[in-house]
Amino acid sequence: MSLDLGDALQTFFAESRSLLEDMETGLLRLESVPDDAEAINAVFRAAHTIKGSAGLFGLDDIVAFTHKAENVLDRVRNNELDMNEDLVGLLLGCQDHIGRLLDLASDEEELDPDTRQLGKALTARLRASLGESAASLPVELESPVEKLEASKGSNDTWHISLRFTRGVFKNGMDPLSFLRYLGTLGDIVHLATLDDALPTAAEFDAESCYLGFEIQLRSDADKARIENVFEFVRDDCQLRILPPGSRVSDYAELIESLPENSVRLGDILVACGAVTQRELEESLALQACQNARQVPQQALGEILVQRKAVQPELVDAALSKQKDARQKQAQESRFIRVHADKLDSLINLVGELVIAGAGVGLMAARNKDGAMIEAVSGMARLVEDIRDNAMRLRMVEIGETFNRFRRVVRDVSKEIGKDIDLEINGADTELDKTVVEKIGDPLTHLVRNALDHGIESADVRRARGKPVKGTLQLNAYHESGGIVIEVIDDGGGLNRQRILDKARDKGLIQDGANLPDRDVWNLIFEPGFSTVEQVSNLSGRGVGMDVVRRNIEALRGSVEIDSREGEGSTFRIRLPLTMAIIDGFLMGVGDIHYVVPLDMVLECVEMNGSGAEVGCDYLNLRGEVLPLLHVKKHFKLDGRAARRENIVVVNAAGRKAGLVVDELKGEFQAVIKPMGKLFEQIRGISGSTILGSGEVALVLDVPVLQDEAARLDALAVAV
Amino acid sequence: MELSSESRDNRLCLHARGEMTIYHAAALAPQLLEALAQSEAVEIDLSGVSELDASGVQLLMLMKREAGAAGKPLTLSGHSPVVLEVFELLGLGGWFGDPQVLSAHAETRRPA
Repeated sequence: MSLDLGDALQTFFAESRSLLEDMETGLLRLESVPDDAEAINAVFRAAHTIKGSAGLFGLDDIVAFTHKAENVLDRVRNNELDMNEDLVGLLLGCQDHIGRLLDLASDEEELDPDTRQLGKALTARLRASLGESAASLPVELESPVEKLEASKGSNDTWHISLRFTRGVFKNGMDPLSFLRYLGTLGDIVHLATLDDALPTAAEFDAESCYLGFEIQLRSDADKARIENVFEFVRDDCQLRILPPGSRVSDYAELIESLPENSVRLGDILVACGAVTQRELEESLALQACQNARQVPQQALGEILVQRKAVQPELVDAALSKQKDARQKQAQESRFIRVHADKLDSLINLVGELVIAGAGVGLMAARNKDGAMIEAVSGMARLVEDIRDNAMRLRMVEIGETFNRFRRVVRDVSKEIGKDIDLEINGADTELDKTVVEKIGDPLTHLVRNALDHGIESADVRRARGKPVKGTLQLNAYHESGGIVIEVIDDGGGLNRQRILDKARDKGLIQDGANLPDRDVWNLIFEPGFSTVEQVSNLSGRGVGMDVVRRNIEALRGSVEIDSREGEGSTFRIRLPLTMAIIDGFLMGVGDIHYVVPLDMVLECVEMNGSGAEVGCDYLNLRGEVLPLLHVKKHFKLDGRAARRENIVVVNAAGRKAGLVVDELKGEFQAVIKPMGKLFEQIRGISGSTILGSGEVALVLDVPVLQDEAARLDALAVAV
Repeated sequence: MELSSESRDNRLCLHARGEMTIYHAAALAPQLLEALAQSEAVEIDLSGVSELDASGVQLLMLMKREAGAAGKPLTLSGHSPVVLEVFELLGLGGWFGDPQVLSAHAETRRPA
């Protein structure tokens, strides 16, 4: 290929992947509603478009394989083949295989023998599904499709008029590649290149395209398929296609509608063999005559159908294709594809703006200039809005990630012979794109675990008096500045005794230790821990749960488990909404500044008169007992005791606690910077941020601090 | 894309080497047109052309037409396999009217 289509190729891969997702959604729908015509069409269109585009890039393996799947889909679409569970399974397999071929193509790798073998096996099954059905179905003699095919018969030469617009090169397209691809649909009988639009040397712009082509194509492809060849340059070319068997007068119409001189075009058509010289002259004369009488021009499509030159099906196909293209354009105009790096750099800049804004605010406050302070606070509000909007750009709905699990649940439940329903709630909950990308793997693991070990087999369920059909729930919702993702199964729950036994074997806990449920459940996140005696090929190898926890913690999140024997388990993942900028609450301890996310802060109370004694570890807050955490003591800070201490009541992951600090400094927009390598290991600090004054404040990791406090208490009790 | 020239019996022979594609079209067009304006007869040697796209074809077509308008002979010679493939696809062999010599490894193509 002469032009570098690298960018277009990337677009192709991205589009194909989203088409494959559409295909999967459609197929899964077909499994429950086998005769959903819309879903069948969606699946067919997806396969068809992937094939067409792949052909454009010369990805022959994909074209060849997709073509076979498309054949089967076409039969289903025409009601010649019944959609059933087996067929859905087979087509899902095909969809996976196309995905694999795409991956290989995007890595520019050759097909490995395994993939090739798999492709062959799938092809054989596809063929079998076609063969069987042909024998079992009554033959419909009157089907319009067959008539159409019969009428194609001997004269199957299409005439294609193609004019490229000036900008086609600038859009990265090479007209030649489309012609080459067109050649794969059939035999190009004749091709004439038109130079009529070429300007004089003085006006010639080497980067504009002036070429046009008249093509005679012998092919049994349908009109939509020929049009599809030019899908990528739809906006960059004028395309006119005359089907086989068009009359001379249609060619005359064509000549009229083209920009070039009629006589010259006529000559070209004669040269192409589309019409004879005599036919042409008669027809042109007739047309001139009609024009003189001012006959209102009919739409070309109408004329063609009127004269039975084109089958109505062809026109319908062309029209629906045009509608599709228009819808696609409308959709495209609502969305812009932006490189993620650009967004990242925007968000970095906004972060810097927030810091700089805080600096200005500080100056204004110091100078006690009223007008200045007012101006600054107005600006601060705008900066805050910009920040929120910029962050929202990165937000995506989690639904897409959840929907992937429909397939996982389907496949796994088939494989292990359980009947399991997936319920999804809160699919429209939004969270940061980087978080969404990284949460996929841990979620998959939790889901597989729940399917494999959580939900019992049908017999056991029946014996326990539960509905035979198991249910797996995926929930997402916002809670105190973060997002919560739950994986809930209604299975057997975790077996406390078995976990304890195993932990004792591994030496993780001591004999006789009496652990609360929460700690017992957390044991399964220890490396190498698996209570399942029988290792299946899905899970149970004991690698994984520790990786799940590590992955989640890397996102500054946490995971906890609720489980009731016989009723099921809930895995609850809590994640911060974003990784970059938060609304924080600034506190001072000695000379050091600390920040906690504002959403965690419930209230602030003064130490004196709050019901807590100085130096005491508990706070009685209106009858509720909260553990107190002395920040100064915890981080072993020196310095004089503050005149007055304050308690900040925080709620992290559903647990409340009081942080004892010296000074309350109020709201603060914190641009979170990760801690340097050297300080990564420090427990209780999750990051740092820069104040307007240039000083550094540390971001407290409240859940970890709570755990620390609990551990110290336990030690104190033990001693 | 490189363009070197030599004069041979009153005729300017241009040797085009490399990719005759959209990436080089803007630079190549004035060079070719200038060469045509400067001389009485031009031969473009295409043996070194490794890639040819529609912009290159269109440039050659422009050259041919300009030469015709100025009454100067313009010949294309030494068509590389890449050039032959494109001319074959676009049915341009006869349009240019230059003898095309098939190279040994292009035996699968029909002579134009």
